Amino acid sequence: MNKELRFALIKTLPIMTGFVFLGITYGLYMHQLGFNFWYPTLMALTIFGGSIEFVIANALLKAFNPWLTLTLTLIINSRHFFYGLSMLEKYKNTGLKKLYLIFGLCDETFSINFATVLPDDLKEKKYYFYVTLLNHFYWVFGAFVGGIAGSFISFQIKGIDFVLVALFIVLFMSQFMVKAQRSSSLMGLFVGLVSLLIFGSQFFLPIAMLLMVLLFWFEYKKEGPAHDGTE
Amino acid sequence: MTVPNEIMTIAIASLATFATRFLPFLIFSGKKETPGFVKYLGEHLPPAILGILVIYCYKSQILHPGFDSLLAFFAGLVTVALYYVKSDMLLAILFGSATYVGLVYLF
Repeated sequence: MNKELRFALIKTLPIMTGFVFLGITYGLYMHQLGFNFWYPTLMALTIFGGSIEFVIANALLKAFNPWLTLTLTLIINSRHFFYGLSMLEKYKNTGLKKLYLIFGLCDETFSINFATVLPDDLKEKKYYFYVTLLNHFYWVFGAFVGGIAGSFISFQIKGIDFVLVALFIVLFMSQFMVKAQRSSSLMGLFVGLVSLLIFGSQFFLPIAMLLMVLLFWFEYKKEGPAHDGTE
Repeated sequence: MTVPNEIMTIAIASLATFATRFLPFLIFSGKKETPGFVKYLGEHLPPAILGILVIYCYKSQILHPGFDSLLAFFAGLVTVALYYVKSDMLLAILFGSATYVGLVYLF
């Protein structure tokens, strides 16, 4: 096993726990809606988007409506735009793997790939790829198990999905503890909270991120061209 | 829904999801120099996004405060404190989650 893969495995352990359990929940959910295991497995493999997959599972039970499917997916997943925007530089010169890195840019993959500080002897592009691949695999595996085991699974560890909450908290903290990032971290918390209270849980994510971009635009203008982020 | 319609629905969701992730790379394609503001965002936006995602994790506890909110906030604080003291991500996540699972079973 090469060093990058080993490092990625360790870093994604919490995601493995969270994704396998959530994936099983999702597979079970589709099983209960009456779909065989192929559905959750293939949807996990091709969409790889968590919340949107639950929405599509329900859409499959209704009349065929491609425009609604398209609109819903674009709205729910619009937050991903900001992940791509943030990863432009890090994913530069990754060759053919770039398409897969972009395909797999879910909340967790983005967060961990951005926040990880790699030891000097590891190649970051390789690490990004392994993190993406592992997270994708955990999710598909969970969906498959949930879909195939269906009614056989009766155990549920309540609250285990808190690992993903704890993961985001820790990644947040890792940025907060860097002095230069502290104000951005706090602004994110604040803008997120206010947006949630105003716009509600369904739509606040992309709105809050857009608001942050606007705030950064004013700050960027204020700081002037000397600080164009190239230093 | 017929099977071809099902396949189309899943394909649309898959392509649309990819599109949301691909769009920035399409707009600022590799050949040209990335604009200064976009580079600036690349450094400053992610910490803010992580803050927003933390709020997202607590959305139901914030909008519908109850006993579970208390447990989840407490477990979150344990996670924060452990990471602050030990700077060990896995340790903080492990004990933070164990705290939450333990509390949920206790109460």
